[in-house]
Amino acid sequence: MLRSRSIAFVKSLSIPKRSFASAASPITEPYSGKKNANGNYTVTLIPGDGIGPEISESVQRIYQAAGVPIEWEPVNVTPVLKKGKTTIPDDALQSVRKNTIALKGPLATPVGKGHVSLNLTLRRAFNLFANVRPCKSVVGYKTPYDDVNTVLIRENTEGEYSGIEHTVIEGVVQSIKLITKEASERCAYYAFNHSRDIGRNRVTAIHKANIMKLSDGLFLEACYNVAKKFPDIHFDDVLLDRACLHIVQDPARYSDTVMVMPNLYGDILSDMCAGLIGGLGLTPSGNIGRDASIFEAEFNDQDYSPLKTFIDLANPTALLLSSIMMLRHMHLNPYAESIENAVLKTIAEGKHLTRDLGGQATNTEFTNQIINNLN
Amino acid sequence: MLKTFARTTTPILAAAKKETAAAVKTIFKAANVPIEWEQLDVTGYTQEGDLLFKQSVDSLRRNKVALKGILYTPISKLGHQSFNVTLRKDLDIYASLVIVKNIKGYPTRHDNVDFAIIRENTEGEYSGLEHQSFPGVVESLKIVTKSKTERIARFAFDFALKNGRKKVTCVHKANIMKLGDGLFLNTCREIAEDYKSSGIEFNDMIVDNCSMQLVSKPQQFDVMVMPNLYGNIVSNVGAALVGGAGIIPGANIGREFALFEPGCRHVGKDIQGHNTANPTALLLSGVMMLRHLSLGDHANRINNAVYQTIQRGSAKTPDMGGTSTTTDFTLAVISNL
Repeated sequence: MLRSRSIAFVKSLSIPKRSFASAASPITEPYSGKKNANGNYTVTLIPGDGIGPEISESVQRIYQAAGVPIEWEPVNVTPVLKKGKTTIPDDALQSVRKNTIALKGPLATPVGKGHVSLNLTLRRAFNLFANVRPCKSVVGYKTPYDDVNTVLIRENTEGEYSGIEHTVIEGVVQSIKLITKEASERCAYYAFNHSRDIGRNRVTAIHKANIMKLSDGLFLEACYNVAKKFPDIHFDDVLLDRACLHIVQDPARYSDTVMVMPNLYGDILSDMCAGLIGGLGLTPSGNIGRDASIFEAEFNDQDYSPLKTFIDLANPTALLLSSIMMLRHMHLNPYAESIENAVLKTIAEGKHLTRDLGGQATNTEFTNQIINNLN
Repeated sequence: MLKTFARTTTPILAAAKKETAAAVKTIFKAANVPIEWEQLDVTGYTQEGDLLFKQSVDSLRRNKVALKGILYTPISKLGHQSFNVTLRKDLDIYASLVIVKNIKGYPTRHDNVDFAIIRENTEGEYSGLEHQSFPGVVESLKIVTKSKTERIARFAFDFALKNGRKKVTCVHKANIMKLGDGLFLNTCREIAEDYKSSGIEFNDMIVDNCSMQLVSKPQQFDVMVMPNLYGNIVSNVGAALVGGAGIIPGANIGREFALFEPGCRHVGKDIQGHNTANPTALLLSGVMMLRHLSLGDHANRINNAVYQTIQRGSAKTPDMGGTSTTTDFTLAVISNL
């Protein structure tokens, strides 16, 4: 039972639409959306749960004010029952598939109730194989760290989050961490390409291959293989525990590299880096995939739960910064810069900050100020 | 847990950094600690290490207590399994205890940090069960059992009770690993019920959120209990908050044996052999060992001398922003005894 499930899962991972055999061919489909009749690109908007609709509206208002050539296609992803399983409605999936790009607010994942996380479902549906998480200190928001500038790439489809678990006998559970060469190489390729794109000439793999010699060993080996194809980029590797120690002690050590790592480590380290600069409310996130790319605001499952609702108190910054990553992915760089400057300026001014940033302003006031700061 | 102790010998399994081991021996001698070391210079770097490692396991079985540095583990698939992990698993040294606390005279980016990390040492992601089911496809098993989780949870609550701590936080990823981490979390919840009447509060936190909270609001934590791998991460994040791997001691407690070693478990290859390593972590691990051996007076003397040395700041090793050598630091501690 176990074996058949895991093999089925492996098969689902390796639909050979694109081969990785050819040397440095780009694995990611670059964005190839076309403008519609009105001269705009269509982008799927998934407002999400809790504060999602509120912060999505802020983004839409700012984009309108900045004159970004985007038309939003809002979709509802409230789970529906299909063949006995909860899943995302077909309309939503079709919209993302057609537009190949989406902006997404937070989605709630119930703890331990036998649901597959909706985020996980989206990741699988569109082969979102890499999660990109940059964290940069924000001027005007003081934390004990003011020198953070990390970029982290997380393998997004397998590893500890393979979803393969079973109870062997009562009281004994096996969870399977699945590492494949294919997914590891795909993720490594993206890391090296991304490193080039953002002008860093170093990639660092984070792993625990001294303990998990086969699984993390395979991930590391895949990274070394890919590194050979990028002679202009320096490659090194660090043990997970050492990386944690170093980043928290002196984050500047990691400001010239792109970190790449398996799923769980990426999950933990990306949130840790976010913590250094003031939390998830200030960090963007992009999921790069073969069939589509989804940019989203990550939200903390417990603390900043999407299930909680706030009345005009939410901070739209994370979703905005994610949308800025999206604009760069769509090669709309001038708009990205103009909005980014307005957001950072508003935070640096410190007059219209939302409560989570230590201010008194409502989301509306914060959003209005960003619009005022648009050039 | 072992309280009485027949022999006066204690093996010191090689500190990978021999200079820190030498520092501990010198200081313990100066403080007239009534123990004899049985020193074994195990190393994870060479083949000869294998035999010595077996001898050290035997030595530990005999003496029941050990102070140990961290042994190197090769990354290569052909290399040996981690000695560190083998030791803990084979001798069922199931609970790792690391205390993260600010040291006076050594300011860092965070103040008022004081929490204990209790980590399951013998299963979880470190099960060592891995196989390649198909070329290019590897499965690694994480094992969570109810009995071992119960044991570690009780250890955490007992520790909280004995040390006047108020809250136990279970760190997990049960939203994704619903069965594995779900079992860990649910078992901790059950045990928490037993301690409710003693006034120990219980809560839980998802590991990614926890790492974020640690670097932004570390003051909220008191006692934390978690599976193996998360413990590895959290103890290193914790160490970084208060000053690094060189100052964090650790204890590993089992049914029969106790093993004391630096809490962050780094080999420190980059600083090895330069006489610049900070021996504080190994020294304070030694202090924990003395308390375990009911040598409280000796423990306090050495403990106070170490903290005084750091507070005076006259012999700071490079990791603490100074230029002193391991030897300078050792002499300073002795003069403060």
